[in-house]
Amino acid sequence: MKDRPHVRDFDWPLLGIVGVISLIGVLEIYSSTHASAMAGMQWRQLMWIGIGVAGMFLISRIDYHTLLDQAPVLYLIGIAGLLVVLVVGYSRLGAKRWISLGGQTLQVSELMKLIIIIVLARYFNEVLTDRLTLADLAKVAALTLVPVALILKQPDLGTAMVLVPVALVGAFFAGIEWKHLAVGVLLIALLVPLAWNMRHHLKPYQQQRIETFLHPEQDQRGAGYQILQSEIAVGSGGFWGKGFGKGSQNQLGFVPVRYSDFILAALAEEQGFIGVCVVLLLYLGLILRLVDNAQKAKDRAGMYVVMGVTAILGFHVLVNASMVIGYVPVTGIPLPLMSYGGSATLFVFLALGLVMNVRIRRFVN
Amino acid sequence: MAPWNVIDQKIPQARLALFSYVSAALVILLLVGFWKLQVVQSEHYADLADKNGIRPIAIIAPRGAMLDREGRVLVDSYPSFSILLMRDNPKLLEKSLLPIEEGLGISREDLQQQLEAAKLEPKFLPLVVKPEAREADIEFVESHRADLPVLELEMVQRRRYPFGEMLANTIGYVGEVSPQELEKNPDRYKPGDLVGKAGLEREYNDQIVGTDGMKRVVVNSVGKVIRTLENIDAIPGKPIQLTIDEDLQRIADVDMADKQGALVAMDGHTGEILDMVSRPTFDPNDFAVRIPAQEWAALNSDPHTPLLNRAIQAQLAPGSTFKVIIATAMLESKALPADFTAYCPGEAVFYGRVFHCWQAKGHGSVDLHSAIVHSCDVFFYNVGQRLGIDKISYYGSGLGFGRRTGIDLPSEEPGLMPSEEWVQRVYHHKWYAGETISVAIGQGAITVTPLQLARAINAVASAGLLVQPHLLKNLTDTKAERFPLSDDTVERVTQGMFDVINEGGGTGYALRLQNVEFSGKTGTAQLMSYQAGTKVGGRAGKLTNGWFVGYAPRRNPDIVVAAVVQGSTEHGGTTAGPVVRDVVKAYYDKKNGRLVQPSTAQNIPLAPVIDPEAEAETR
Repeated sequence: MKDRPHVRDFDWPLLGIVGVISLIGVLEIYSSTHASAMAGMQWRQLMWIGIGVAGMFLISRIDYHTLLDQAPVLYLIGIAGLLVVLVVGYSRLGAKRWISLGGQTLQVSELMKLIIIIVLARYFNEVLTDRLTLADLAKVAALTLVPVALILKQPDLGTAMVLVPVALVGAFFAGIEWKHLAVGVLLIALLVPLAWNMRHHLKPYQQQRIETFLHPEQDQRGAGYQILQSEIAVGSGGFWGKGFGKGSQNQLGFVPVRYSDFILAALAEEQGFIGVCVVLLLYLGLILRLVDNAQKAKDRAGMYVVMGVTAILGFHVLVNASMVIGYVPVTGIPLPLMSYGGSATLFVFLALGLVMNVRIRRFVN
Repeated sequence: MAPWNVIDQKIPQARLALFSYVSAALVILLLVGFWKLQVVQSEHYADLADKNGIRPIAIIAPRGAMLDREGRVLVDSYPSFSILLMRDNPKLLEKSLLPIEEGLGISREDLQQQLEAAKLEPKFLPLVVKPEAREADIEFVESHRADLPVLELEMVQRRRYPFGEMLANTIGYVGEVSPQELEKNPDRYKPGDLVGKAGLEREYNDQIVGTDGMKRVVVNSVGKVIRTLENIDAIPGKPIQLTIDEDLQRIADVDMADKQGALVAMDGHTGEILDMVSRPTFDPNDFAVRIPAQEWAALNSDPHTPLLNRAIQAQLAPGSTFKVIIATAMLESKALPADFTAYCPGEAVFYGRVFHCWQAKGHGSVDLHSAIVHSCDVFFYNVGQRLGIDKISYYGSGLGFGRRTGIDLPSEEPGLMPSEEWVQRVYHHKWYAGETISVAIGQGAITVTPLQLARAINAVASAGLLVQPHLLKNLTDTKAERFPLSDDTVERVTQGMFDVINEGGGTGYALRLQNVEFSGKTGTAQLMSYQAGTKVGGRAGKLTNGWFVGYAPRRNPDIVVAAVVQGSTEHGGTTAGPVVRDVVKAYYDKKNGRLVQPSTAQNIPLAPVIDPEAEAETR
C-alpha cells in the first residue's frame, strides 16, 4: 500500500484519450484556419493545452478533501466573481463574460463550473443518507440556480445550462427517489412549453436562435443559415470525408465559427462519418474511463467530484454534437478539448486535474 | 478529517453502471444522427455544398450596334454601373442611410420609401438605388467599401440611342425577356436578359445579341468573392448595317417633328429603306434603363399611339393617290379606251346618289392626263364604275395592296384591298356597286400603309417592278415581284404624275424641283363622310389625312417617298408634299455633293398652293 499520492498513479490511459482528442482538435483548428486571416490559431490552442496540463498537475496536488473543506469560501468567491463580471466585465459580441486577469481575459463562468462541482460534491456528501428529501433537493436547486441566474444575466445561456447536469447527476447518485425524479422530469416537460410562451422575455438574439432552430430554411442569410451550413458540411462529408483541408464548407468559411463551436462539423466534412465515429467513440471512452475512476474512488466525495466533471463534459459533447446536426438550437456550448478557446480548454484540464486528484488518493489514507 | 466526511458511504456502483449504459446509448443515438446526414442524405447535402461555394456570375455581352448605310452609328451599347443597396442587414442599412445621402445624393426619405416598397421581396435581392452611376458615384462606392459594405457595384450593358426619338419606331427598343419567351427558349435566355421587344431590335435580335460570358467565383459565407475559378469572356453581338441614310432621316425627322403621321423613303430599284419616320414617337433610351411603370402606361394608353410605327402599321384610306392605280387599271385592262373623257360639272349621280368632286365648280371635259394632274374625282368615279370592284381589286392586289410587303420589321399591317369575295367572306352580303365609286378615289373600305403606297407607285413607274422593302443592308433573300405593265400604260400614267408637279395648275405644282424629274401624286382623305362632316361642322368636320407620294426620276425611280400627315385641315399637297420634296431634294443634293446639313435644313416655306383639294363623296 502506497502512502503518498504520486503522479505515476495518474490515469494514463484516460490522459492518452485526452491527448488524442486534443491533437485531433488542434489539427482541425489548423485545417479550418490556415488559409484565413486567423492562421496560426493552432499554436495558441497548443499553448492553452500546455497551460491546462500544468494546471492539471497543480490542482491534483491539493487534496480534494481540502478543496471540499473550502467549498463555501470558493462558492462565495465564484458568486462575487460573477457579480464583478456583470458590473465591470468586458463586453464581446453583446455579452459581458470576461474579466481581465494579468493581461489575459478569462471567463469567470468557466471557473464557476469547477466551483459548482466542488460545492455540490460537498453538499451531496453531507446528506449522509441514501434518500434525498425534497428539502435537500430544494437546497441543491438553490445552490445551483444562483450562479445559473447570474450567468444567464451576462447573458450566456450555454454555460448557465451546463451547471444544471452537475446537480442532476449528483442528485442521481446521492439517491434521488424515483418518484422525485419522475416528478422532476414531468416538471421539465411542462416547463419547456411554459418557457416557450415566455420566449418574448428572452433577449432578441435568443429568440432568433430558437426561431431559426425551428425554421432554419426561412432565414438563409441569418442565424438559421448557421445550422443549415453546419448540416450541409456534415452531410456533404459523406462516409469517408472530403479529406484533410479539403472541405469546401469548412475552407470557404460557410461553416460558422468552424474552429470553435462548430469544429465537429468541420471534422465531419473533412473526415466523414468514419472520423465522427472515431471522435465520438473517443469521447465515450473518456466518459466510461471517468465513470471507472468514480467507481474506484476512495469515498463518495471523490465520486461526486469525478461524476460532476463527467456530467459537464458529457453534457458538452451531447449538446454540441446535437447542435452540429441540427437537433438542438445554437447555444454556444463548445466541444471540450477540440473547440478553440482558452478558458474552456483550461477548464477541461483543471477538471481533469480534479479527477486525477481523486484517483491518486484512492489508496491513501 | 472534516466533520462532513466522517461517515464513509459505499459508492453506488449500480447507478454508475447505469450512467455508463446511458452514455453509450446517447453516443449511439448521436451516431445515428450523423449517419442520417452523412450516409443517407449525403448526396443531397453534397449538392447543396456544391451550390454554396461556387457562384456563377454572368458577364453580359453587349448587343451589336446598328449602323446607317454609310457606317454611322445609330444605336450602340455601352458598359454602365448600377449601384446596388444590400438589404440583408437592417441595422447596418439604418446606419448607412445618412452617409449614402451625403455621398450619392439620394435622399433618406427616398431610400426609405424604396426599402419599404421592397419589403416583401427576399432579403438577399439588392435594391438598385442608382441605375446609371456617374464616375463620382463609383468612386464613392469604391472608397467606402470598408465602412459602407451595403453598397455594391454591378456592371451592365446598356443600349444607347444617340439620336433619341429619331428612327425610334423603326429601331424599336429592348426590354427584359418575358416569361413566355423564356419558356419557349429556356436554353437561350435566362431571367433578366435583355431582348429586342419591337422594331429592328426584335427583328434582328438573334443577329445582334452577343453570347454572355461567365465567371465562376468562389464566395465565402457572406457572399464576398474570394477567388475566380474560371472566366469565359463574353462575345459581343455583331453590328448590323442598315439601309437608312442618316442625312435623309434627319431631314425628314425635322420636317415631321410637329406632325402626326409617317414618312417612308425607299430606293426605287432595290427596295432599300432610306428613311422612315413615324410621329408622334418615343425615346427608346427610356427603355434602356428599366422604364418606370407610369411612363410605360402613359406610352401605351396615349391616344396618339406613339409606339405604333405608322409607316408600316397605320392603315389609312389612300385618297386620291389611289387614282394612279385606277388609271393603271383602266389602261391595262383596256376596259375603257385610253382616250376616254368625262365631263365634270362638280358632281355626278351614280346608283341614285350624288357624288361630289372636290372642285365644286367642276373640271369640264377631262381626259386621263388632266384627271391625274387636277385629280378630278368625277373622271375617276366614271372609270371606277366601268371597271367594277373586281378589276380594281385585281390591279390593286397586283400592285401590293391588301398584303404585307414583307419588310424586315415585325408587326407589319396588310391594309385592305376590298373585293366582292372579301365582302362575301367578311360581311356575308353582296358588294354594293356604290362602294366602287368611293374606292375609285381611294375612300371607302380600302386602306393602305404608307410603305405599301410608296411601293405601289414605284411599281407603276418601274413597269411593274415590286421591290421588297428592307432595312438590312446585306439582306440576301430579297424577293422582288413583277406585275408586268405595258410601256404605254407606264408612259401615260408617269407623264400624269410628272405633270402633277411640273405643269401649271397641277395639284403639286408648288413642289417642283430644279433639274430633278420630280413626279408624284397628292391625296387628301377625309376622316368623315361628306354628310357627317357637314353635320359636325367646324374644324373637326374638315379633318383630313394628307398624302403625298413623290419620286424621281419620272420613270424607273431612284427614290420614292410616301408621306401622310394625319388630322390636318389642309390638303396633302400642302402638308405632306413639302416633306417629301425636302427628302427627294436632299437625296439629289447629296448625290451632287451639295447637301444642306441637317441641322440647318428647314421646312422651306411654300408658295401658296393653287387649289386646296378635298375629295368629296356622298353616300
